[in-house]
Amino acid sequence: MMLTNAASQARFQRRKFVDRGMTAVMALAALLAVIPLVLIVFHLLVNGLGSLTPALLIEDPNSPGRAGGGVRNAITGSVVMVGLALAIGAPVAIGCGVFLAEYGQNRLGTVLRFLVDVLAGMPSITIGLFMYALIVLPNKQFMAIAGALALAIILLPIVARITEEMLLLVPRSLREAAYALGAPRWKTVLTIVLPTALPGIVTGLMLALSRIAGEAAPLLFTSLGNQFTSTDLLRPIDALPSRIYSYASGPFDYWHEQAWAMSLLLVLFILLVSLAVRAIAGSKVTVRQ
Amino acid sequence: MAVTKADGPRAARTVITGGRHIADTLFGGITGGAAAVVLLIIIGLFYQLIYRSWSSIVDNGLGFIFGTVWNPSQGMYGAGVFIVGTAITSVSALILATIVAVLVALYLVEIAPSWLARPIGYMVELLAAIPSVVYGLWGIYVLGPFLVNVVGPVITNTLGLVIPFFSGTPRVTGLLPAIVVLTIMIVPTIMAISRDVIGAVPGSQREGILALGATRWEMIQIAVIPYARSGVIGGAILGLARAVGETLAVTLVIGNRAAIADSIFAPTYTMASVIANQFQEADGPTHRAALLEVALVLLVMTFLINVVARLLVWRVTNGQRAVVVE
Repeated sequence: MMLTNAASQARFQRRKFVDRGMTAVMALAALLAVIPLVLIVFHLLVNGLGSLTPALLIEDPNSPGRAGGGVRNAITGSVVMVGLALAIGAPVAIGCGVFLAEYGQNRLGTVLRFLVDVLAGMPSITIGLFMYALIVLPNKQFMAIAGALALAIILLPIVARITEEMLLLVPRSLREAAYALGAPRWKTVLTIVLPTALPGIVTGLMLALSRIAGEAAPLLFTSLGNQFTSTDLLRPIDALPSRIYSYASGPFDYWHEQAWAMSLLLVLFILLVSLAVRAIAGSKVTVRQ
Repeated sequence: MAVTKADGPRAARTVITGGRHIADTLFGGITGGAAAVVLLIIIGLFYQLIYRSWSSIVDNGLGFIFGTVWNPSQGMYGAGVFIVGTAITSVSALILATIVAVLVALYLVEIAPSWLARPIGYMVELLAAIPSVVYGLWGIYVLGPFLVNVVGPVITNTLGLVIPFFSGTPRVTGLLPAIVVLTIMIVPTIMAISRDVIGAVPGSQREGILALGATRWEMIQIAVIPYARSGVIGGAILGLARAVGETLAVTLVIGNRAAIADSIFAPTYTMASVIANQFQEADGPTHRAALLEVALVLLVMTFLINVVARLLVWRVTNGQRAVVVE
């Protein structure tokens, strides 16, 4: 009796030991997963803050090799293309989300929802090549609009799915009240359901905005980039992420410094948008309902 | 006003849809058109890539997939190099990232108090918001030197003595930095889905096992992991799809050499990185068509991976909808 007691006591000690060990391993993994974010932000600040000067924002690049100059063209180009992508992509995406929420509770809706998810998983570089093949190649001209369309395609599935979610969260009683007053479906959706869901849809748009603002791969073969500030939609245009890419792999030290400064700018923008989304929607948008 | 029991359901339905209007049909048509755009984009994507790479598909045949010599100046297009490069980097990243991500998800759901779990979860999610080029920049100038000076010697002096693949001279750009960067990039994807799936395990199942005297880790092993397994696998495959398509971060750190890596430190290419690196300076239409065919192979691969992953995740979260912003 004593012996079995001792043995089971030892077993219990071992089980407790394994439990504590695994708890430590899990906590360590959490620490490990957080470290890269801290390090990246730290290095962005250390390496980028010094070059984040007013000249960087208001001057065009010097000819390659001559230190100084800025990236005004890249900032302008990013604003133009991201703005255009939002203007083109948002109405289509919201329309798609409305369709999924209003008419999508059937087999057709399931298939469409699946396709939207699949589109969200397509590599952004293949979407860039799609626009290259569709617009750049036939016109023999790199242009801003091709880049903006590629970004709009990336935005589409993100905003469509969030719109659908947000519409389905609108209380049924609101809808029923509108119907009871004799409002037709389109009027109910446009004047009751959509406005109610608007804050959620806006946060979705902001999330998509922060995503496409950082995309460079789809722009390499569509908007290409240039050396001066331009807003011509039918000509090549620069963008922040693609300039970071070319400066990072380029030969000059001042390019590397400016790449860090541009990255800092971009990440600060994205983090601010993410924090704003968090403040508006809480965890509603990123977490399963 | 009086609705009798017999025509109840029908009456109710008329009320709910608010009757028929031409404007309603129009409204359905317009939103349906917007939804159809998604289908058109997917079809257009495949069509354009097949059409523009057709000459390469015809000329190179199956040798394109299985050939391992890529030399555009001599007209040799064997994309096998890039397929192997993509497979090695993304599968290694998948394994490493899944281990970390699942442990983190278990920690956040099962162990951490909510005041700790929320900020940690949020910080890991923020990793997904950092642009690919920024990872590349950080990879070249911070991670690369760290791997050369610190991690490289450790690997060559331990594993490298036994397995030739882990020996050689550590370099700033090559297979290892690409794998590490990809791992960091896909942890948030896998973590977010694993956390949701693990969170969906019924509490009563945990309580039952705990009441039988299990420790917390035994409870996780017996009650949580089997229940969450297929959802976690789905999340991992979504992470794989992301790793396979990841472009600029990898292009900046992988070294860009058209040869199959014989060492974990050797420079090589992935499918996405060869397109990013060579497409602008392609030597004429043949080279360009070949690169477009690489993109087509990449597209088909990510498409298949995505379909499998979505089906798995959907089966687990059956009936629930998920917004996963990547």
